[in-house]
Amino acid sequence: MAETLKKRHLIPRIELANITKQYPGCLANDNVSLTLMPGEIHALLGENGAGKSTLVKTIYGVVAPDSGDIIWDGKAVEIKSPSIARDLGIGMVFQHFSLFETLTVSQNIELCLSKKQLIAIGDLAKKITELSKEYGLDVNPNRYVHSLSIGERQRVEIMRCLVQSVKLLILDEPTSVLTPQEVSGLFEVLRTLAKEGCSILFISHKLHEVTEICQQATILRGGKVVDTCEPSKETPASIAKMMVGDLAEQDAGYSKKVGTHTVFEAKSLTLPAKHPFGTSLKNINFDLKAGEILGIAGVAGNGQDELMAIISGEDDRNVNNTLTFLSQSIGNLSAGGRRKLGMAYVPEERLGRGAVPDMSLTENTLLTHSEGFVKNGLVQWQSLKNYANTLISHYKIKCHGEFSEAKSLSGGNLQKFIMGREIGQNPKVLICAHPTWGVDVGAALAIHQALLELRDQGAAILLVSEDIDELFLLADRMGAVCDGYLSPVIKTEDATIDQIGQWMAGTFIDTSSQHPEEAIA
Amino acid sequence: MIRIQARTEPSSIMKVASPLIAIVLTLIFGCILFSALNKNPFEALHVLLIAPLSDMYNIGEMLVKMSPLLFCAVGLSLCYRANMWNIGAEGQLLAGALGGSAVALLFIDSTSVFALPLTLIAGIISGMLWSAVPTYLKLRFNSNLILTTIMFNYIALYLLIWAVNGPLRDPDGYGFPESAMFSDSTTLPILLEGSRIHLGILFAVISAFVGWFILSKTHLGFQIRVFGADEPAAKYAGFSGKKLSWFVMLFSGALAGFAGVCEVTGPIGQLVPNVSPGYGYSAIIVAYLGRLHPLGAIVAAIFLAVLYMGGDLAQIQMGIPVAVVGMFQGVLLFFLLACDFFIRNRLTFNNQVTN
Repeated sequence: MAETLKKRHLIPRIELANITKQYPGCLANDNVSLTLMPGEIHALLGENGAGKSTLVKTIYGVVAPDSGDIIWDGKAVEIKSPSIARDLGIGMVFQHFSLFETLTVSQNIELCLSKKQLIAIGDLAKKITELSKEYGLDVNPNRYVHSLSIGERQRVEIMRCLVQSVKLLILDEPTSVLTPQEVSGLFEVLRTLAKEGCSILFISHKLHEVTEICQQATILRGGKVVDTCEPSKETPASIAKMMVGDLAEQDAGYSKKVGTHTVFEAKSLTLPAKHPFGTSLKNINFDLKAGEILGIAGVAGNGQDELMAIISGEDDRNVNNTLTFLSQSIGNLSAGGRRKLGMAYVPEERLGRGAVPDMSLTENTLLTHSEGFVKNGLVQWQSLKNYANTLISHYKIKCHGEFSEAKSLSGGNLQKFIMGREIGQNPKVLICAHPTWGVDVGAALAIHQALLELRDQGAAILLVSEDIDELFLLADRMGAVCDGYLSPVIKTEDATIDQIGQWMAGTFIDTSSQHPEEAIA
Repeated sequence: MIRIQARTEPSSIMKVASPLIAIVLTLIFGCILFSALNKNPFEALHVLLIAPLSDMYNIGEMLVKMSPLLFCAVGLSLCYRANMWNIGAEGQLLAGALGGSAVALLFIDSTSVFALPLTLIAGIISGMLWSAVPTYLKLRFNSNLILTTIMFNYIALYLLIWAVNGPLRDPDGYGFPESAMFSDSTTLPILLEGSRIHLGILFAVISAFVGWFILSKTHLGFQIRVFGADEPAAKYAGFSGKKLSWFVMLFSGALAGFAGVCEVTGPIGQLVPNVSPGYGYSAIIVAYLGRLHPLGAIVAAIFLAVLYMGGDLAQIQMGIPVAVVGMFQGVLLFFLLACDFFIRNRLTFNNQVTN
């Protein structure tokens, strides 16, 4: 297919030749070459730290490469800044949007246009409406951004690029914040764009999306191009193999279990938000059973953090009579008290919360695992060191040793360590937030297997994740949160991606009492 | 363009060397200062730093000054490790001196063996009370600990001045604002004949080892370190911030109070208005110079004590104003913080976005 593309359009849209970028102590890009034809949707794949971000930042003019050439439409160019990139016709949609919530869509778009462009466009609102129809973007120029959903905001970002007649659109993990329905909508837009000759560079962790939409893929590992492929001819598993090298076991097909007795229960948990930008929890009910994983899906910021904090006790407000652990009310216990009962917790933030950056792995083991290592108030450092070493070898954590500072570990290795530390306390309840977020495929596999092993030993696990595939893979029962509400919880066998996706969008919420919106237009 | 960039990996050697570099820079600054005052800089530095260690008498005097610095610095090291910015060691020291004196004066005619221990305990408890109030205010009302502890320094000072002018004034003291001299039963024993090296100095050194033991060997000390290094992690682990805050503040108050009561029952022997020439403030410098490590504080306290001694000698022998000591302390802290800053950060002089 690449051959035919190249024959059809002899001049590539962009050609990167031997891009090298050295950061202190890290070769981020090592002779990376990549060619994008007009109309091609190209995936850029790799584990975290493989050099994807550096490469796209190079294209967008944010990072200056040490050596190598960029050839745009057949001419060598030097992209010194994002404004030069935009003038060439390069648009980028970042993971985190940069929109002003108090302005309208067209005001937001106007902000990033030069006077010249504005004069050329004329009536911006009209242009937005036209483009909106043309690409099926459904963006109303007069809506205020604060009234838009995440998916709609992303479309505004894409619209911003379209208005500037984009020739190359770069999307950095665009689907990580979207519900499955929104993802398929986005893909429609991307396909239309590609048909018109716009090249698209697509960064994603989700391999099935890549196989669905991309014609070409470049796989980076350790800053180098290790492989290229045509994703339509590959499976997610085979691509994963290219990304992480030889993966002995595949991360799939785990059996589902039915839990025995209820270990933990949340009953009519209602809690106002602590911060102005937080989400308040509304009448949340669920139970965790021994030997079972309960998965909770949801787009970030819909109450997951608040839920985790109140369950773990880090949010120290008294919620008596709503949380029960083995028929004991724990709503008034401190975080430490709940740990002592047998609750363990893997937080979303690894460094700075799950582990102290400047402390050794031994000290970080003691952070939550003090039982058996403290006698009469004294720390048994020697046995603690030995234990840290067993954790390191058991979970194959890459580090120099137990004395390594937590901050010196990669995200995946640190997560394996934290996971191992929490599991090592034989918890009756493990609460786990986004355990494989930003973790490479190899580490994710190890973490999944550790979780399942713990479940099979009879622990109750609450798994909160934005990754629907992961939830379907691991959870025995699942539900979704939206705006602080928890959907019904059903068996994973009975759930469909479509159903969960709708729940993530909040269809289960009783709308008669809620949602006073869509007033301004 | 000059910009500040965080270093990815601060050199671990430099972290230890930072106080030494700061001292060298301070000495260079001293040379320039003395030259500007038309004094021979080398002679001045000799008087300031070498002479205090030249004979047993001077060493003894140096140790007398080291003791309160060390007491306070050990407590402050623990506070600062836990991110509790206690600036109130001075007030806690004065409170200890005041409380201890009040009890010592009760035993003025006594020969009881319990007199001295009770006096010391009274001093310790007074220091703890003095740190307890700002701690309570912080934990209950989230008041700024730095401000409240500084305010309490002044309250303690004026309370002490009121006491020596009022209830604790020596009735036979011709109206001088001083208490009566304490009896032998409430005076700290001298360890070395012919010097003023008293038992309190030994207690101070022991307190440094206790502080070190708590920080590095106990679970409590570990929690203190986590709390200071990474508060979200401490919360996540379920450590009680309140408990730790109370502990470090009361520990620090107890040691500062101990320092105060040792001053009045030791080298001074009575309650006077100027118990402390700012030991509680200098202890902040000692704590930082000792890298917030209780054992490091021993070395740092000796250095600052030498400077105090040297300041007195320089005034006597060379006519250099004693304010030079304060200036040296300030400059030292300045260079120390500057060195730490440049160890953690670096300046870059180009206007490129990266690298």
